[in-house]
Amino acid sequence: MDASPVTPEPQPEPRRYGRGIFLATVAGGVSSLYWGKAAWSQVSGVVSPVAGAIAPILPTSGWRIYTVASTMPVFDPATWRLKIGGMVAHPQELSYDALRALPQASQVSDFHCVTGWTVNGVHWGGVRFKDLLDAAQPSAGAHALQFVSAEQPYVDYLTLEQAMLPDVLLAWEMDGQPLRQEHGAPVRVVIPDMYGYKNTKWVAEINLVPSPEVGYWEQYGYDNDAWVGRSNGYGT
Amino acid sequence: MKAGYVRRFSPVERLLHWVNALGFFFLLATGLILYLPSLSILVARRQLIQSMHFWAGVGWLAALAIVVALGFRRLLRTARELESFDGDDLRWLRGGKAPQGKFNAGQKINAALTAAFTLLFGLSGLLLWFGEHDTRLRFASTVILHDGLMYVSLSLLVGHLDLALIHPTTRHALRGMTVGTVSEEWAHRHHGKWKPEPQ
Repeated sequence: MDASPVTPEPQPEPRRYGRGIFLATVAGGVSSLYWGKAAWSQVSGVVSPVAGAIAPILPTSGWRIYTVASTMPVFDPATWRLKIGGMVAHPQELSYDALRALPQASQVSDFHCVTGWTVNGVHWGGVRFKDLLDAAQPSAGAHALQFVSAEQPYVDYLTLEQAMLPDVLLAWEMDGQPLRQEHGAPVRVVIPDMYGYKNTKWVAEINLVPSPEVGYWEQYGYDNDAWVGRSNGYGT
Repeated sequence: MKAGYVRRFSPVERLLHWVNALGFFFLLATGLILYLPSLSILVARRQLIQSMHFWAGVGWLAALAIVVALGFRRLLRTARELESFDGDDLRWLRGGKAPQGKFNAGQKINAALTAAFTLLFGLSGLLLWFGEHDTRLRFASTVILHDGLMYVSLSLLVGHLDLALIHPTTRHALRGMTVGTVSEEWAHRHHGKWKPEPQ
């Protein structure tokens, strides 16, 4: 039998894998607009504790601090007052201590931002609106609450019905601590079923009004009724 | 050119790299101010930082496009080299010793990912900006894509900086991206199949 000729080690033709990596990455990224949030909520429970251990600067709590003014309102317990006015029988001016003397409610709820991020399982402490408004006695024609923030010109509205939902609070505690400045110290609205922009921070004044008007973000086209997953172009 | 040195990167290739680097660092800095609560609190002025971030992003993409237009033929040739993988590249990726061309397989992957990330950063950034006022452009996952890209590209950047600035055997490569030339001996050792163009 003849010796078979020596064949050189096959060297495949160069292939354009680089183009493939580029296109696959772009395709994966674009398609993630549809599956990203679902996938992230699957893995974030696994990733966050690890990230929390290695880098305290990472925003492992998941919060982002959104503001509309150039500086954040500063809370001084000595001079701070919450005004409750508008269509009420007895306008109120509550000091921080007087506010905290009201019946305290607490809850654990998720916080959803309209831009897509979510913080799960936030512990809130504060007062239900029924208990808050009792002394002021809203008049019969008042069907909405106007929240005036100390961060000007932020203002937003809830109907009385929305404010009386069982998991709506005016909160002064977050995760067992007094509400921090960047989260709206000393008090903010918490309405878990609605996106964050309805959860007015740095509430300084609550006015009873006949019906909801156009709030800060609503003037830019956001929905008045900001139900999570059912407003602002989501789920519709 | 000094004796014993060979031309590695042309002016337009270096310009593209440094425009990209400058834009990336500025966007990273302003982006982190928007993203990290500790920095958001420190700097405040969110509206201003957000505008700076957006317009810097637009400027970054425009500058990249201009550089690509300026050096199109040259950059196209580089891109062809970057995208093609031969048998040695695949062996190198599997950890084997295999001679590499002008770019090693790792650099090729990094280039493909960087290009894809740039496009995706731009797309998701535009969606975030215009989606703020137009529900048709609003996706629940845009912010996750934009943030995820930041984490992945930051990891790539750390590796890139380590190889370019710290790692003793590879950091000579930085000279190719600043001065444009590398020593012939280094080129031979790291990029054995590369035949530098005659000057």
